[in-house]
Amino acid sequence: MLTRNRLLAGAAALVALSLAGPAAAQAPIKIGELNSYKVFPAFLEPYKKGIELAVEEVNAAGGVLGRKIEVVSRDDNGNPGDAVRVAEELLSREGASFLIGTFPSNVGLAVADFAKQRKVLFIAAEPLTDKIVWDQGNAYTFRLRTSTYMQTAMLIPDAVKLKKKRWAIVYPNYEYGQSATAAFKKLLKEKQPDVEFVAEQATPLGKIDAGAVAQALADAKPDAIFSSLFGPDLAKFVREGQTRGLFKGVEVFNLLAGEPEYLDPLKEESPDGWYVTGYPWSELKTPEHTKFLNAYQAKFKDYPRLGSVVGYATVMSAVEGIKKAGSLDQDKLVAAMSGLKLITPFGMIEYRPIDHQSTMGAYVGQIGVKDGKGYMKNWRFVDGKDALPSDADVQKMRPKN
Amino acid sequence: MTLASIIIQLLNGLAAAASLFLVSAGLSLIFGVTRIVNFAHGSLYMLGLYGAYSLIQFFGRTPLGFWGAVVLAALAVGLVGILIEVLVLRRIYRAPELFQLLATFAVVLVIKDIALFTWGAEDLVGPRAPGLSMAVEIMGRRIPAYDLVLIAIGPVVLGALWLLLTRTRWGALVRAATQDREMVGALGVDQARLFTSVFFVGSVLAGLGGALQIPREPANLELDLAIIADAFVITVVGGLGSIGGAFLAAIVIGVAKAFCVGIGSVTWFGFEVSFSKLTLVVEFLIMALVLVVRPYGLLGKPQAAQRAAEPAPRLQVPSWTFALVWLALLALVPLAADRYTTILLTDIVCFALFAVSLHFIMGPAGMVSFGHAAYFGIGAYAAGLLLKRFGLPMEAALLLAPLIAGLFAIVYGWFCVRLSGVYLAMLTLAFAQISWSVVFQWDSMTGGSNGVFGVWPSAWLSDKTAYYYLALVLCGAGILFLWRVLFSPFGYALRAGRDSPLRAEAIGIDLRGFQWAAFALVGALAGLAGAVYAFSKGSISPSSISIAQSTDGLIMVLLGGVETLTGPVVGAAIFTWLRDVVARNTEFWRAVMGGVILLIVLLFPQGLVGGLKALVVRWREQRA
Repeated sequence: MLTRNRLLAGAAALVALSLAGPAAAQAPIKIGELNSYKVFPAFLEPYKKGIELAVEEVNAAGGVLGRKIEVVSRDDNGNPGDAVRVAEELLSREGASFLIGTFPSNVGLAVADFAKQRKVLFIAAEPLTDKIVWDQGNAYTFRLRTSTYMQTAMLIPDAVKLKKKRWAIVYPNYEYGQSATAAFKKLLKEKQPDVEFVAEQATPLGKIDAGAVAQALADAKPDAIFSSLFGPDLAKFVREGQTRGLFKGVEVFNLLAGEPEYLDPLKEESPDGWYVTGYPWSELKTPEHTKFLNAYQAKFKDYPRLGSVVGYATVMSAVEGIKKAGSLDQDKLVAAMSGLKLITPFGMIEYRPIDHQSTMGAYVGQIGVKDGKGYMKNWRFVDGKDALPSDADVQKMRPKN
Repeated sequence: MTLASIIIQLLNGLAAAASLFLVSAGLSLIFGVTRIVNFAHGSLYMLGLYGAYSLIQFFGRTPLGFWGAVVLAALAVGLVGILIEVLVLRRIYRAPELFQLLATFAVVLVIKDIALFTWGAEDLVGPRAPGLSMAVEIMGRRIPAYDLVLIAIGPVVLGALWLLLTRTRWGALVRAATQDREMVGALGVDQARLFTSVFFVGSVLAGLGGALQIPREPANLELDLAIIADAFVITVVGGLGSIGGAFLAAIVIGVAKAFCVGIGSVTWFGFEVSFSKLTLVVEFLIMALVLVVRPYGLLGKPQAAQRAAEPAPRLQVPSWTFALVWLALLALVPLAADRYTTILLTDIVCFALFAVSLHFIMGPAGMVSFGHAAYFGIGAYAAGLLLKRFGLPMEAALLLAPLIAGLFAIVYGWFCVRLSGVYLAMLTLAFAQISWSVVFQWDSMTGGSNGVFGVWPSAWLSDKTAYYYLALVLCGAGILFLWRVLFSPFGYALRAGRDSPLRAEAIGIDLRGFQWAAFALVGALAGLAGAVYAFSKGSISPSSISIAQSTDGLIMVLLGGVETLTGPVVGAAIFTWLRDVVARNTEFWRAVMGGVILLIVLLFPQGLVGGLKALVVRWREQRA
């Protein structure tokens, strides 16, 4: 029977439970993750798997600060306005401790600005834009991925070595393509002052008029081409260029084209000899990558894409950050992230205190074709810290505070 | 450009025009007969590509396998078109004008997720056409043989369609229905069957346009929206219902794009002009030019007056008590709910004003706008730029922004009020896209594709609850003002113009002047919504002017019901809330969203509020 005493006892027990530390500490640490899943599914489906793998591994090892972790994911629809709203939802309703994720530059920058306003840690996973750590950098934002500038800089030594004079450029007409082009022109001009840029094509993202572009570039009679196309635009450009003989006797450099997400669809038409940045997953023999590869293949029966590595390394960064901070206090987290070192499938990285950019590297090499599939040959790993501008330059670009 | 490159770029343009023509011809047919603005037409094109890809895998890469796959894929897409017509659209032909747009929008969402589920996220690069994979040398330059085949296919299909339309009974019926479909119905033609067959033919054309692109375009999930805008532009530039016009327009636009690329960058008087960047917007520039000069497209004729089945019902004045009770309830929410509810409500309040301003112009004023986001986005940008670039205080920026949006509406509106119907709607879209592309390109001022950051409100409004109250007061006042205006002589004059332009002018109403004023008014208020939205987000990006934003507005108005005053508010609330709830599950949320909208469409063909009102009326009648 329900007596007043029992009721009181029950209430007291409830109060005691809710006050007791250990009970509450058992709840998992929530990390808020947002991304444009439906807009860039080719990259983000493998990315999501990378996240799942990391969460599983972390929790199997007992979690962090004695608690399990949970990544709560949201779709931001590729729209900065929606992104800021779901970011707020993750923080205030889901009780996420901080934020990770995002793909397009404009969404990444909007969430970074939100993180600054809200004084919350944000680890940008994929946005490549240089501005997120430099011109628009802020104290609360860190970025994992090798940036546009870094990847472009990694290709420069090969470009200089070839001593080509006439360069044509093609790029998707938005932040990423624009800054890749600007960085390439600036860096190449420094090393090779007599270089000439004979044609420049800015194509609408996802809507390249590939035949016309290939023809216009061929008309300029370039010795070499620098492209930052990816996805369907890249596939169309490759096919039209090959049919029209654009690439005959012309060296081509293409950012990102070695990433399995964009290389694999090209199959037997993968352009032999192009200089690219990418991810030769099947040929990496480092222990940290082998461990990741085996775990990934065992769990998903599929090979990892670059997105998988980014998703995995983002969660690992977050977890190591929490571990180093020893608490979920934002100021401590931010302090811990600054200078944080951890092992990723691409080896050791550090989140640089000077601009919060990680030193995650990338693989640079040439595309080859084998058994009707593209792969990366003559590749080498370039550590991110060797592809960044001088500290003085960085300080000039990044706002103080 | 040398002569050789001019000729080659001409050929490139013609090859690109072939598929554009097929897709637009299908759209034009469907629109001509059924008056449905078919958003899902781009999805049918995408299905054509995916279908052809799979069928070629299955048949093998032989010439027979390739062409067999192309034809079969087109026919299969035709069947999908029939399914859409029979299962969804046939049930809502009697709904208010444009309501079908909502249904086809839902179909787009569903098809996209079905394609993702069936074919996966990776881009699928199809094979080259067997036997046509080589290039042909013309004037020392190489052009793919397949492109030459495409150039030939365009006129062949045009000829076939011309024969079909002029030499068969079915064609005669289609032409008759395009001119006057009530009359065709009155003469005893089975409209349901005619519509289904037209849908089939239109969908086959979309599917064929897609399948033929297989050697040129990887099958991917962005194709549907990439092509639909172009297809609408071509249909309208050519003249609605005119197949020959669509052919001409496809060529004009295909060739113009190729030449923008071919010319590249040129230096004029020391300024570098990049024509290649113009490819972002060139089709909309052409459309704006054509519509200003020829209000019915290149080969179109004035639309026959549509006899509305039933006149739009009278608008009911919402009572003051009704409005005050709701305002009071909304004002109390932050006391009871959590922080996020307040934030979501701030979004809803902004979108409600946006939707009400759109409803004002498309409902009572009778001028449908497909580019209403222009004013929302310009308001947002004006607020952000006044704050960040011109150093104005936030409060001043917030109040000046609507004026700037209104100024733009005055300029754009001057051109738009000279047109009517879908032509008017497409001209508003052209202006929105032109604004978008300027914002997108003008890095030094607008931040280009990234947008403007750090657009936060002043300290006294930085608390989310405080900002919510500000949004509620400003947007609430805007909504009430617009409603009040509808019952002023000005509002009655607008409705008179919608119901009968001739009679309205005969009794001395300066209709164009009134419509122009209405444009400026809703532009300013949409700008207010945009400015309030910008400060609630802290950043603005070009997506606030995008087609997607304009579409969202249309969806909200239609979802709530275009024939009621409160409909757009309810629509904005339901749509925003639904997206928030549904998108939490990141997998296949689009299909769920599409399914829910379809359900609403089928259950409430007058929109939510319209449908509920009808239910209440029926219930009362039964009790009486």
